Amino acid sequence: MDKKIVATTSLAGCFGCHMSVLDIDERILDLIELVEFNKSPIDDIKTFTKHCDIGIVEGGCATSENVHVLKEFRKNCSTLIALGECAIMGGLPALRNNIPITECLEEAYLNGLTTKDNNPDRILPNDEEIPMMLDRVYPIRELVKVDFFLPGCPPTADLIWNALTALILGKEMDLPYEVIRYD
Amino acid sequence: MAKIVTFSIDGQKCMAEEGQYLVDAAETNGVYIPTLCNMTGVPPQGSCRVCSVKINGKLTTACTTKVSEGMEVINESEEIQDLRKAIIELLFAEGNHFCPSCEQSGNCELQALAYRFQVLVPRFPYLFPERDIEASNPKLFKDHNRSILCKRCIRAITDERGRRLFAFGKRGDRIGISIDTKLAANISDELADRAAEVCPVGAIIRKGRGFAVPIGQRRYDGQPIGADVEQAK
Ligand code: SF4
Ligand code: SF4
Ligand code: FES
Repeated sequence: MDKKIVATTSLAGCFGCHMSVLDIDERILDLIELVEFNKSPIDDIKTFTKHCDIGIVEGGCATSENVHVLKEFRKNCSTLIALGECAIMGGLPALRNNIPITECLEEAYLNGLTTKDNNPDRILPNDEEIPMMLDRVYPIRELVKVDFFLPGCPPTADLIWNALTALILGKEMDLPYEVIRYD
Repeated sequence: MAKIVTFSIDGQKCMAEEGQYLVDAAETNGVYIPTLCNMTGVPPQGSCRVCSVKINGKLTTACTTKVSEGMEVINESEEIQDLRKAIIELLFAEGNHFCPSCEQSGNCELQALAYRFQVLVPRFPYLFPERDIEASNPKLFKDHNRSILCKRCIRAITDERGRRLFAFGKRGDRIGISIDTKLAANISDELADRAAEVCPVGAIIRKGRGFAVPIGQRRYDGQPIGADVEQAK
């Protein structure tokens, strides 16, 4: 059997979901037999070098760069998985969704306890190199089509393992009670 | 003694006392019908529709229906299960449910139902409504982002003189629970505990407790909501 090609990324996430991928413990040795990683923080490949079978996205979209990477993933991956609460519904970053973006930036850079005395010119980050913050945090399915959703903060290692092996081997996914968690 | 009636759930023969509500009668027979707005001992109001069943071919709520002789109940058809699942998903989409940072997580009836129905993602888009929180009460913390408007707090919580502590404020999609600040200012610890307890979600939280039970030991960590009813069979 040809190895499936997998890409992963973390958008507005905390890397917890990636840690949970590693949490499959010694099964990672079996996984390596089944897949080859392409663009991913796991192997540090920065750009897609070929079309991938499976794209795994952690985190929602909080900046223009997140949107760009997400669209690249959709273009380069046959199957796209939203991994974790942030990719699915914005997660904790989306707590800001009802606060106007100006207020968020002012709190972080002008009025916050640690910044108010240290930013005498009252500068909000505006360098062209810095991605623009979006007005709110978007669940990724609001921007691209998503094929599968694996909830959890982070998703349990067993949920990730069951989903990946089902996809790779073309089986029905095993969903025992303990694997679905939102926290 | 009350008269005993026979009826059936999904073809299984059941017996109960005449006049019992169907959810309770089902429980006595080891059958779990999911509920959310209902509470044993408090008159039902039938608002959440999670307990929907088909009785003699007609869709209705099991918490408000009394059993009668010869009743034929469908509890587990694909259609009904999907309807219940849709209602649960709707509640997640129309509120702001950040389970990872919620004190109720693991003990929450809404979340537990979503686990039981294997909700991986709601089929509806998230609304991210603007909802307030209220932290002025010395013992209770109200987070309206998580309220499912089941009215359990309004229906079940009164002080020693029978006065209600909670009420609905505003109307339409702005509707929310308000606490009677004067009455609630001096409530006992027991009543505060009970208020937090009757709320099926994390909308009424007891202050000073935080994340009291470790992950793995919370109410729904080990087994699905309703499993106790099914096992008692
Ligand atoms: S109330 Fe329940 S569903 Fe809502 S955030 Fe808290 S744990 Fe999650
Ligand atoms: S505060 Fe809790 S008990 Fe009261 S209506 Fe909202 S969800 Fe129900
Ligand atoms: S439990 Fe019956 S309608 Fe809510």
